[in-house]
Amino acid sequence: MPRRLPRKDVVIVGFGWTGAIIANELTDEGLEVIAFERGPWRDAPTDFPPGYMQDELRYRIRHELFLRPDQLTFTFRNTMGQTALPIRSWGAFMPPNGVGGGGVHWNAEMWRFLPSDFVLKTHLTERYGAAFLPPDMTIQDWGITYDELEPHYDRFEYLCGTSGTAGNLRGKIMDGGNPFEGPRSRPYPTPAQAQPFSHTLFGKAARELGYKPFPQPSGNLSQAYTNPLGLRMGPCTYCGFCEWFGCGNYSKATPQTTILPHLIRKSNFSLRDNSEVVRINVDRSGKRATGVTFVDSSGEEWEQQADLVILSAYTMFNVQLLLHSQIGQPYDPVTNTGVVGRNYTHQTISSVNGFFDNKKFNFNPFIGSGSIGMCIDEFNGDNFDHGPHGFVGGGYVGQVQTGGRPIESTLVPPGTPAWGAEWKKAVKDNYLSTVKPGTGVHGSFYAYRDIYLDLDPVYKDRFGRPLMRITMDLKDNEIKQNKFLTDKFAEIIKAMGAEKLAVQYRTAPYDITTYQTTHLNGGAIMGSDPKTSVLNKYLQSWDVPNLFVMGASAFPQNAGYNPTLTVGALAYWSAAAIRNQYLKNPGRLVDA
Amino acid sequence: MKQATLATIALRRREFLAGTAMLLFSATTVKAATIAGRLPWAPNAGSPPPPIKVGPWEFFNGDEGRAIEALVDCIIPPDPETPGGKDAGCAVFIDRQLAGPYGRQEGLYVRPPFQAGAKNQGHQSASGPAQDYREGLAAFDRACRQRSGGKPFAELSGDDRIAVLKAVEKGELKLDGVDLKSFFTQLVKDAQMGFFADPIYGGNRDMVAWKMIGYPGARYNYLDWVNRHNERFPLPPVGMTGNAQWTRS
Repeated sequence: MPRRLPRKDVVIVGFGWTGAIIANELTDEGLEVIAFERGPWRDAPTDFPPGYMQDELRYRIRHELFLRPDQLTFTFRNTMGQTALPIRSWGAFMPPNGVGGGGVHWNAEMWRFLPSDFVLKTHLTERYGAAFLPPDMTIQDWGITYDELEPHYDRFEYLCGTSGTAGNLRGKIMDGGNPFEGPRSRPYPTPAQAQPFSHTLFGKAARELGYKPFPQPSGNLSQAYTNPLGLRMGPCTYCGFCEWFGCGNYSKATPQTTILPHLIRKSNFSLRDNSEVVRINVDRSGKRATGVTFVDSSGEEWEQQADLVILSAYTMFNVQLLLHSQIGQPYDPVTNTGVVGRNYTHQTISSVNGFFDNKKFNFNPFIGSGSIGMCIDEFNGDNFDHGPHGFVGGGYVGQVQTGGRPIESTLVPPGTPAWGAEWKKAVKDNYLSTVKPGTGVHGSFYAYRDIYLDLDPVYKDRFGRPLMRITMDLKDNEIKQNKFLTDKFAEIIKAMGAEKLAVQYRTAPYDITTYQTTHLNGGAIMGSDPKTSVLNKYLQSWDVPNLFVMGASAFPQNAGYNPTLTVGALAYWSAAAIRNQYLKNPGRLVDA
Repeated sequence: MKQATLATIALRRREFLAGTAMLLFSATTVKAATIAGRLPWAPNAGSPPPPIKVGPWEFFNGDEGRAIEALVDCIIPPDPETPGGKDAGCAVFIDRQLAGPYGRQEGLYVRPPFQAGAKNQGHQSASGPAQDYREGLAAFDRACRQRSGGKPFAELSGDDRIAVLKAVEKGELKLDGVDLKSFFTQLVKDAQMGFFADPIYGGNRDMVAWKMIGYPGARYNYLDWVNRHNERFPLPPVGMTGNAQWTRS
C-alpha cells in the first residue's frame, strides 16, 4: 500500500509549458493544485549562467538537459513485420526532462497553424476529392476551428512577448508579414527580431523570385517586454545558443521566464520535482480518475489523490501513461479499432546547405537566435494547388540558421575528403561563408493506419513496465512533399549566390538515429468521435471525464509548422473550458 | 504555506557528482523535493564543468596513446598557421571522454536482450565507446603491423600513415570480426569534436581551432553586430575559462 500525500483538487503530471499554463489558470480559480515533475528543478539564475551555457559539447552533443534513456526509452521499428529494438541513445528526437520541460531548451519558434489545418480531412476532400488521398492515410478534422482557437493563440503569444510581423490583421493582409496566416486579432506584442546577413540575403532572393518572405515569429525577444503576469524579459543578445541550451539572459520565453515566478507565490500551488508519476488511478467503474501514483527519488511509491487529473507530459509519455493505466482502448492497426496510440506522427524536415565565395561573403554564422529566420509560406498546408503534384501537405522553407556552433557547423563542400589537410583547409575556407539552415524545410507529417504506438512485448523499463513501441516509416506522400519543397528551397539558396549546394532530401526508411525535430504528435488525439479519438475538443478524455490530456499528443496529424504555439493555445483553450464549464458541472463536456 | 525545501542538499550533491558524472543526474542521484512559496536559490547551485586534469593518460595505455596521437595528426594535420590534432590536444580530449561517463555509456539504455537490427535502429551492443576504442585500437594495430612489416602505426612515415588510413576508409584493410572502417569513422568524428569543443575539455588548445575558422567562442552578446552585415567580427575568441593568455601559468 503506497503512502499518501494530502488530497488536492488538481494533480498535474509533468511540468513543462502546458503544466505551467494549466497550474496558473486553475490556481486562479482557487483550486489546490500540486504538480509532479520527473526531472530536476532548473532555473535561469542557477542552471543556465552565460558563463558556461555556451558549451556545445555538454549540452548539444552529450544531451545534458534531456531525459536519459536508462530512465525511460522506447523501442522502434519501421514496419509491423519487423522486430522493434530499443532506442539506446537518442537520435531522431530528444525527450525533455525537468522543470520547464522542452520549454527550457526549445528554439522558441512561434507559428500558428493554418485555418485549413484544423479541418484538414474535410478541406482536402472538398477541394481534391477523397480519391486524391492515399488509401491508408488516416487524417481527420480536429473538432475545433482556427476561429475558436484564435483568442488562445493570442493569449500565449502575449504571455511570451512574441516578436514578429503580422501578416493578416483581422482579415487585412499586411506588408512584411506572412500573407497566408489566419486572421489575428492583434499585432505581435513586440516587433520582429533583427536578421543577420544570410537571413536578409534569403529574404531578398525569395522576393526576387516572386515570394513573400517574412521574419519567423520568435519567442526570443527583439526588445524588453513585461508580460500580462507582470514578468519582465530582456532583449535577446543573438548568442546563438538556444535550442539544446537554457537561456541565462531572460530573453527566451520559457515557463521559468513567463509563468513560474508568478505561480510559485500562490499559496494554493506546490510542485514536486524528481518524482515520476507511474500510473493514473481510476475507481472500480473505470470512469473516474482518483489520482496518481508516483515514485520519488528513493524509489518509494506514493499516492496523490485528486478530483481532477491533468496529464501534461511530453507526447510520448502522455500516451505511455494512458497505456500503462489502461485508460482508453489501445489502437489495433489490424482491425482498425481502438484509439490510444493511433495517428502518431513526426515532422518531415530536410535542408540545403549553401557554400559561398569567402572573398565576397562573410556571414558571421555564430550571430543568431533559436527562432531567427526569414521564411516563405507559399508551399505550406494547402496554400498552393496540389492537383498537379500528386501529394498533400507542405511546409515553410527558410533560412532559419540558429548559430554557428563549431562542432556541428564546420561544414565542407560536397566532394571534400572527410579528414586530412584538404578537409582542414576547406573548414577554414568555408566556416564564415556557409549557409546552414538546419531545419530549412519544415514539412507536415500526415497520419497513416500502420504508423502507431503500442506496448513492446520484450523490452522493459527500470520499473519492469513494457517500453512503448514506435512503428514509424516515411510514406510516399511525405517523400514527394519533401522533394518538392527541398527543390524549391534549393532554388532560393542558389539565387542567394551560393557556388555549391549540398541538398539533403528526407527519404525512407525513417531513421531513428538522425535528428528530425522533437515535434512528435498524436497517439492521444482530439476529435469529435470517441471511435477515432481519445479526447473531445476540450482535451477531455472520452472515457474518464475528470482526466484532461494536454500537448501535441492531441494533434490528429502534424501541420508544416513547429507545434509549441498550438500546444500552448490548446492548453489555454482547455483551461477555459475547465474554468467556465467543467467546474460548474463536472462531467462530460461533449455528448458522444 | 510549505517552505521551499529544494534542497541545498540535493544541489550540493549535484556539485559533488560534477567531478565524476557531470553529465548525468537522474532521479536516483537527486532527492525529490517540494517547491512552494518562492523560487529556490542557493549559492553555487549550478554545476560548472570541471576542467580536465593535465597529466598522464587516464584511459589509454602508452602504445594506444602514441597511436592515437599519430592518428589525430593525420586527421587534422599541422600546417604553418594552425597546429595539428596532437598539439591541439585532440588525443587528450578523446582520452578524457573515454575515461568519463561517455566512455561507460552512462545514462544510456543498456538492458538486454541485444539483437542485431537494421542500421536505422541505432547502436545495439552492450559495449560502449571505451570498449569499442580498446578493441578497435588493438585490431588496428594488428592490421597495421601485418601490412607494414611489424611496425606500429606511430612508427610509420607520414605517407605510409595516410596510405594505411585510406585503405581503412575504403574498407580494404580488414581484420576478422572488427569493423575498422566504422572505428575510423568514429575516431574522425571524435578528433574533430575535440578540435572544436571548448578547450576546457582538453582539445582546441589555446582555441587554435576557433582562431582558424573565425569563431569568437563563448561570447553571449552580439547585439551590436547583428545588423553589421558582411563585416568580419573583430574580437579574438574566448573560452569558458577566458583566454589562455590570461590564465596560463
